[in-house]
Amino acid sequence: MAMLDRNARSLLLLEIAAGMWLTLKYFFKPKVTINYPYEKGPISPRFRGEHALRRYPNGEERCIACKLCEAICPAQAITIEAEPRDDGSRRTTRYDIDMTKCIYCGFCQEACPVDAIVEGPNFEFATETREELLYDKEKLLVNGDRWESEIAAGLSADAPYR
Amino acid sequence: MVEFWWSYAWPTIWIVIQILFIVVPLLIVVAYLTYAERKVIGLMQLRMGPNVVGPFGLFQPFADALKLMTKELIIPTGANRVVFLLAPMLTFILAMVGWAVIPVDEGWVLSDINVGVLYLFAISSLGVYGIIMAGWASNSKYPFLGALRSAAQMVSYEVSIGFVIITVLLAVGSLNLTDIVLAQQDVWFFIPLLPMFIVFVISALAETNRAPFDLPEAEAELVTGYNVEYSAMAFALFFLGEYANMVLMSGMTVILFLGGWLPPLDIAIFNWVPGIIWFALKVSAMLFVFLWVRATLPRYRYDQLMRLGWKVFLPASLLWVVVTAGAIVVFDWYPGVVN
Repeated sequence: MAMLDRNARSLLLLEIAAGMWLTLKYFFKPKVTINYPYEKGPISPRFRGEHALRRYPNGEERCIACKLCEAICPAQAITIEAEPRDDGSRRTTRYDIDMTKCIYCGFCQEACPVDAIVEGPNFEFATETREELLYDKEKLLVNGDRWESEIAAGLSADAPYR
Repeated sequence: MVEFWWSYAWPTIWIVIQILFIVVPLLIVVAYLTYAERKVIGLMQLRMGPNVVGPFGLFQPFADALKLMTKELIIPTGANRVVFLLAPMLTFILAMVGWAVIPVDEGWVLSDINVGVLYLFAISSLGVYGIIMAGWASNSKYPFLGALRSAAQMVSYEVSIGFVIITVLLAVGSLNLTDIVLAQQDVWFFIPLLPMFIVFVISALAETNRAPFDLPEAEAELVTGYNVEYSAMAFALFFLGEYANMVLMSGMTVILFLGGWLPPLDIAIFNWVPGIIWFALKVSAMLFVFLWVRATLPRYRYDQLMRLGWKVFLPASLLWVVVTAGAIVVFDWYPGVVN
């Protein structure tokens, strides 16, 4: 009986018909593709993307050149030089991140006592040359100005869990 | 001079014009078949398929063609140059010449010969030469294996295709393709000859080297089989030839089993639609089945392929030839004879 059943199944192409029916159903299902450059997937508030140096609302840069990020950076991608400014406050004269060394671990962000260096939500910063990935202080500050609203939203969304 | 014009020059020009009217739409169909294939398989895999080049990706075939045309044609050092270049041309030409006898509507056929079925059968059998020549001339191991597989596979499945065609011929009493279509005015042959229809469709998949019988170009084992060493337009000709063969086999299926250009019901609304539209719709439906099967089934193992061809299809089609012939004799259903 089992043999008859098996032979009938293969002769009548029942299994193949079942498979074809399944693919036909999928043909009409809504598609899961995200049309990438035009549509983007959701990003966690904790997402660790491109770095940025933030400013206070009055325009003063947050970074106080404590060099904790430089110290903790496992890839040694950060280079900081600092000296007192004319008004006596301590600021960086140089803040470089080598993005080709960076492993996006987020330790710099964790170490920062004033939330100055952060990893923002931007992940589309591919460049055509290697040199463009050696970020300096100016580039990082520009990033901070450009992404401030997203960065602030991310930090406040994540704050209750810290 | 006038006589030369009317008896030689003008008929030649007229035939060339007719050929262009067949080949140009056919090439467009083939180009869009590649698009349809990517789209259908994409949709069945919950993807979107090509959708960037032009609206809904409709210009994708032209982008592909342009890309292939601008690439370099590489001829391997060890290859036999003449045969290497001849093979893709042969594949492409054979896929095209089959259309000479396909009637797309009543009287719309380039040459209405009396042995149309035989001609088609011969042309589709010759298709294997292009692949064998490519495999041999490449002087490389994967193409050679692909060509060997292809030869064995096409020979095996042609046998059962032959018997399937014989059953249809028994029911029609003519080898003329127009007569075969007209004999289906009452009922399309896929209803009385359903098992043969299924055998024919599956054999057509094997004959055109399509999934699940795409062993000659099995990506996983043979990288792409017989056309590994080809690039640029030579590759494009293989590609076009393979897809034109699919269209040709679909056309053959439609003519033998699905009533050619005849509408599904003999009522006024359906009769208003031109026959060529019905023909195109039926061919498209068959092509969709080709793509649908590719999206559904995994590739057969080689011994399974041979087992199916020789141990299942051959006896089944042979039996059905006997049954059909017997029924015609016993019930006095001789075709062409009005009872």
